[in-house]
Amino acid sequence: MNGTAFSFTLNGTHGLALPSGALLLPKHELLCVSDLHMAKSERMARRRGLLLPPYETRATLDRLSQDIATAKPACVVALGDSFDDLAASEALDPEDRARLLALQDGRRWVWIEGNHDAGLNAHGGEGRESLTVGGLTFRHIAEADAAPGEVSGHYHPKHGLPGFGERCPCFLLDSRRLVMPAYGTYTGGLDAREPVLRGLFGGQALAVLTGPRALAVPLPPARRLSREA
Amino acid sequence: MDVPARLAPYFARRGWSLHPHQSAMLERAEEPALLLVAPTGAGKTLSGFLPTLAALSEDPRPGLHTLYVSPLKALAADIRRNLLAPVEELSLPIRIEDRTGDTSQSARRRQRADPPHILLTTPESLALLLSYEDAPRIFAGLSRVVVDEIHALAESKRGDQLFLGLSRLEALAPGLRRVGLSATVDDPEDIARLLARNPDPCAILHAPPGEEPDLSMLDAGRAPPWAGGAALHAIPAVLEEVKRHRTTLIFHNTRAQAEVFFHNLWLQNDDALPIAIHHGSLSREQRSNVEAAMLRGELRAIVCTGTLDLGIDWGDVDLVIQMGGPKYVKRLVQRIGRANHRAGVASKAILVPANRFEVLECTCAIAAAREGDLDGTPRGPGPRDVLCQHILIRACAGPFAADDLYAEVRSAGPYADLSRPDFDDCLEFCATGGYALRAYDRWKRLLLRDGLWQLRDPRAAKRIRMNIGTIEDTGSLNVRLRSGTHLGEIEEYFASTLTPGDTFLIGGQVVRFESLRELTVEVTRRPNATPRVASFGGGKFPTSIALTRRILDLLQQPSWPDLPRHTADWLALQRRVSKLPQADWMLVETFEAEDRWHAAFWGFAGWNAHQTLGLLLTQRMEARGLDPLGFVATDYALLVTGLREIEDPASLLDPTDLREGFETWLQGNAVMKRTFRGVATIAGLIEKNLPGSRKTGRQATFSTDILYDTLVRYDPDHLLLKVTREQAQHGLVDFGRIEEMLSRIQGRVDHVRPGRVTPLAAPLLLERGRVPVAGAARERLMAEQAARLLEEAGLEELS
Repeated sequence: MNGTAFSFTLNGTHGLALPSGALLLPKHELLCVSDLHMAKSERMARRRGLLLPPYETRATLDRLSQDIATAKPACVVALGDSFDDLAASEALDPEDRARLLALQDGRRWVWIEGNHDAGLNAHGGEGRESLTVGGLTFRHIAEADAAPGEVSGHYHPKHGLPGFGERCPCFLLDSRRLVMPAYGTYTGGLDAREPVLRGLFGGQALAVLTGPRALAVPLPPARRLSREA
Repeated sequence: MDVPARLAPYFARRGWSLHPHQSAMLERAEEPALLLVAPTGAGKTLSGFLPTLAALSEDPRPGLHTLYVSPLKALAADIRRNLLAPVEELSLPIRIEDRTGDTSQSARRRQRADPPHILLTTPESLALLLSYEDAPRIFAGLSRVVVDEIHALAESKRGDQLFLGLSRLEALAPGLRRVGLSATVDDPEDIARLLARNPDPCAILHAPPGEEPDLSMLDAGRAPPWAGGAALHAIPAVLEEVKRHRTTLIFHNTRAQAEVFFHNLWLQNDDALPIAIHHGSLSREQRSNVEAAMLRGELRAIVCTGTLDLGIDWGDVDLVIQMGGPKYVKRLVQRIGRANHRAGVASKAILVPANRFEVLECTCAIAAAREGDLDGTPRGPGPRDVLCQHILIRACAGPFAADDLYAEVRSAGPYADLSRPDFDDCLEFCATGGYALRAYDRWKRLLLRDGLWQLRDPRAAKRIRMNIGTIEDTGSLNVRLRSGTHLGEIEEYFASTLTPGDTFLIGGQVVRFESLRELTVEVTRRPNATPRVASFGGGKFPTSIALTRRILDLLQQPSWPDLPRHTADWLALQRRVSKLPQADWMLVETFEAEDRWHAAFWGFAGWNAHQTLGLLLTQRMEARGLDPLGFVATDYALLVTGLREIEDPASLLDPTDLREGFETWLQGNAVMKRTFRGVATIAGLIEKNLPGSRKTGRQATFSTDILYDTLVRYDPDHLLLKVTREQAQHGLVDFGRIEEMLSRIQGRVDHVRPGRVTPLAAPLLLERGRVPVAGAARERLMAEQAARLLEEAGLEELS
């Protein structure tokens, strides 16, 4: 049951949650990645004067290239917050920019707008607020009353197995929706049991941990609010 | 030389006269650098201030005359009280103030505008003062600097920062006189070199040694347990000693042990003796309450840790008890000095071994202390992360020329041999991040304008100032039950590795991690669970090389008439069924117990190095399909547990392979990442504190682990990685001790297969804190666990 990728069906559409944190829809030859936050280091330098290792875009593109080479998708969907902000998108290293354009060669590329990069249109492809493919609707932030089949990002969920060390980015899934892990290299995470995130799902839900293999575990109930909250 | 005229009445009224070393300090007041080595209670601090008091009582010109730096805030306050006594009694027009992290904003502003004659401070507060643009005005008239407890500072990055600060002071106030006050150490010349302006000489004065201390090992009436560190068996005997003395300090090696002991001590304290606890995890208020009660003479004993190591005058202490192995003879001697903190009276100390091995360690430490055979802590050249911070601090104070700063830095002892390329690397790191990929042309931190380096954005000074300091802030988090009961604190780093459901030990009880919220770790009690996660022992430091050598020598004696019977019998039995470890051979015992194969490596390289060796060996075993399950490290040995016997331990210990593992595989390990975290914080790659709020590193920024992985992959020659590898030779990774061990054994491995658990190895099986191996076995276990959980939840349908 637990193999390299995790196979599931959401609203009649078959998907594979890859260990890398990307989602593949084999029938539609569609690869989706969320929250790349490229050029985050540039924004940190500009806004906070911190000079972090400026390699997160390269690291993210390395992994994305690998997934694209393996899956050979006809369409790539970047599910929002692809750049840390619009200025960061403009300041993208020329070499990274060229690589990004090369990846788009011969396939459809859709930039879904996120809260960090609304209005993005400088890196090829098409910009959209949402996209529907098969039974699935792709948008950046989950909507509480969305119709079944919603795929979103934004929250950077993380979860772990007791006794097995640190939490890792994960997919969250129930019969109605899927929330994607952050794919970017310098991205923090939100505990999957945070009520704001856990509340999006029904009682019967899964967390699919990324790492050496995609590993599905039951998503525990929301964390109780502590007294002071 | 006599007491200075203006001070004479104060001395006369008390019938005091000057000690010879105190007159010598006065006579040699004009030495550019002078180190006084004196045992505790020899009037060391007064010696340091006599020349200042003499000068100021004659000529109280306004402005800063003397700067006093000590490692402890409390010490600065304590010294201020002591100095104020003569100054007030004699109505001397001398202003004395302290300035630490606890000083109010308004007082600090006033001190900058109108400095007192004598300012008492810490290395961090001095660094902050030096970062201000008006530093040249504040320090212009400075004549003397007194560095107290310099032996303690010299062992850490705080000292490196201070000595860099002295080089800056020298530039602002040329001709400055430097005085260092040190406890008895094995290497006064090394400390003198750090104090003096390189390459100037530094005179050393020795005060006469104190009375021979009265040292013994506790006879608890029964043998200590085989393993563990709590020494609870000794509580009745310890209480008896407390009753027999006026005031007792009970030192522990870790806060956790102090807490557990204190808790159990009170359960047996039938006479309700007033006994308090004092350690670094307690709030400032709690600590000052205990200190005040102590000064009022209301306490019979204090259970404490290293926070009471240094020279605050507690007055009436007449007994020091050291719980557990003292690890360092030097530290033991300094702790012993806390008792009868007056010259001419012998200090009394009792050592309490917490387990059988510590009987050996205590015996050897007592012998070494009696012989004055102190252990040195060799330190390499000044670390470059501290230099990076110094460069940023210098930039806050105003534009500077690289040549000037390089010359200045070279005049600081720890950086005497710093090469120009190494300096330039640090400057480059501060300016641009120092990356192979030149990404920050627009956002450089430092710019070169008209030959002078300066901050690109002057507003950055505020952020840099907020992050001054080299004390590794482990960012303690409170651990609470849901009901709100406070159980204690754990290190933030440890907390960050926990996953909800993990069980761990705190304050002697097993708890289950539920969630992390702000600065609080929520847990529930799980009394019957086995702790699954080993806490990286905060404050755990290894037994010194010198003390370890003595223990190895002791083991080679033909018999042990001086050891307690239980321990001598234990060693004799070991000799019969196996062998006793020796310095120039590595004894490896392999045996089967409890359905597992065990291998005890008697490396005697200290806890940290054994921990690292455990990671390296199990990784190699994993690669060879030897199915290691985990290991446990102590100061003396490493015990590896697995499904199969290790048949050729010598091949696992191949030095070339181990070094390669250190260079390659270990780079990805948590202990290296943790070392990097300290380096990155000190060098200013990340910020611990942000303007406007007190946030922990966890909230303020993202994982330094990811930054580390990214650098290793894309910029392996980056300065901070070089610095991390250098520092991994010591500290948590302690690869230097592995090298020391390898050079001792020279490939000589003595493999013994005794067919059963050996007497020496038996305690290792009882040690807590086993580290599981993250290998194929773990991935398999994770998958099984996930499948079980899915089945229980009836969720296979979704898959």
